[in-house]
Amino acid sequence: MVSRRKVIQRVLEGAVFVGGGGLIWGKSIKANSKADYVLRPPGALKEKDFLKACIKCGQCVEACPYDTLKLAEPGDGIANGTPFFEPRTIPCYLCTDMPCTDSCPSGALDLKNLTKEEEKPDVMNSKMGLAVIHKESCLAYWGIRCEACYRTCPLIDKAITLDYEVNERTGKHAKLLPVVHSGVCTGCGMCEQACVAGKAAIFVLPLHKATGKVGDHYIKSWEKEDEKRIHDQVEKEDDEKDVKSAIDYLNDDDLIDD
Amino acid sequence: MKKYKFLILRRIIQLSFLFLFAGGNYFGWEVLRGNYSSAIIADYLHLSDPYAVLQILVSGFIASSSVLLGALLIFLIYTLIGGRMFCSWICPMNIITDIAFRLRKIFKIETEAKVSVSRNLRYYILALSLIVSAIFGMAAFEIISPISMLHRAVVFGSGAGWGIVAVIFFVDLFVLKAGWCGHICPLGGFYSLIGKQAVIKVKHDKEKCTHCMDCFDVCVEEPVLDIVGKESDFIRSGACTNCGRCIEVCNDNAMKYSLKFDFKK
Repeated sequence: MVSRRKVIQRVLEGAVFVGGGGLIWGKSIKANSKADYVLRPPGALKEKDFLKACIKCGQCVEACPYDTLKLAEPGDGIANGTPFFEPRTIPCYLCTDMPCTDSCPSGALDLKNLTKEEEKPDVMNSKMGLAVIHKESCLAYWGIRCEACYRTCPLIDKAITLDYEVNERTGKHAKLLPVVHSGVCTGCGMCEQACVAGKAAIFVLPLHKATGKVGDHYIKSWEKEDEKRIHDQVEKEDDEKDVKSAIDYLNDDDLIDD
Repeated sequence: MKKYKFLILRRIIQLSFLFLFAGGNYFGWEVLRGNYSSAIIADYLHLSDPYAVLQILVSGFIASSSVLLGALLIFLIYTLIGGRMFCSWICPMNIITDIAFRLRKIFKIETEAKVSVSRNLRYYILALSLIVSAIFGMAAFEIISPISMLHRAVVFGSGAGWGIVAVIFFVDLFVLKAGWCGHICPLGGFYSLIGKQAVIKVKHDKEKCTHCMDCFDVCVEEPVLDIVGKESDFIRSGACTNCGRCIEVCNDNAMKYSLKFDFKK
């Protein structure tokens, strides 16, 4: 027969083991997976789901013919064993057969994420990130001809276009300014690698870091589709609120002093 | 040589797996690609570690059907046939911890842990890993698995991988006998649990036994030999890795691989 004291001691030990151990374990894997700026291979799920799904087998890394993809190690600050790439070193060259996405056994990289509607998967549908330009360090914005990013972009004139602007300083030259279009940019990072600046003036950030979101209460009145949302919105609100009381509230007895 | 036949065969198989994995990365061989968590044979047959897939499932993601089927296949193989054979015949960490175990014998390193560590610790770690996976939404053991890191050290040249291997080696050598494989590794715990009723087991013959204790000397899971010299039976504990060391060192032919078809506890 085990004494009561022993049982209580055992239960407490168990609680400390599960509570303390679990917390340290969980917190440490979370802390090492906080890399908000990590870029994943084409067709990756959203970061949170990707971290669940990736089985860390490295088959995407093996499949990558350009050695773009690397596996994170302890100390990288990225979830250990997950694939990532750094475009300034080696960008993603957007292989048309998508060997990395295709090789993923677990579904962390999914060809479905590269497929629009009924079409075949296309690597150009990748959304690995979004290229962002820091104008102050971009030679083109200084007024110097460069176009390195524009010329190297695999979706030239779609993902990066050139805007023309008069160079006010000289009064007689044009500035050819690169502009990134977020709907098209794949985040491959070839521009980042090509940038001639010492530290790239155009660089890829993960989508959730490089994009904003206007609230639902703003509606583009000049777009038919968007205008529809007004009607949906109004109808929904009518359902939720007691319209009668809102209109009649001034007539309520409570508000009238006796 | 006869005393090492299974050991040599195991090393050949373990190193072949590593060699083929490495060839897959460096030379693009398609015989065996991936790692010990998920691999593909001949670009056709998926194999997955059922424990890794279980962690993914409890973290809240339904893995693809190829991974699920691959895990089911491996699960059935070890549950029905092999028992805990992964640990001693496939896992590369076994090479490291066996060397530490052997060196302890050679240099007579006897350490008594300040706190006694139960061999059941691995089952608690196994349970905890599933809880942590569920709460933190990430396969908890996979992210820190030294087995995967050893694989990456060899196949991808990861320096950090060698670091963690060294830590385990020295813990096994100087701190706790059979520390990693016998006490901590939750994957070993997982295979111990599912492999208990597998068909391949070591069988002991009491009549032939001369109580020389040679088998106890080489066994990394010593408690599984509790019946040796006392009764003739299978080594029934799931913790037995079927490594065959006891068979090859026994001078009395009292141990042999055998097939078990009953379901006694």
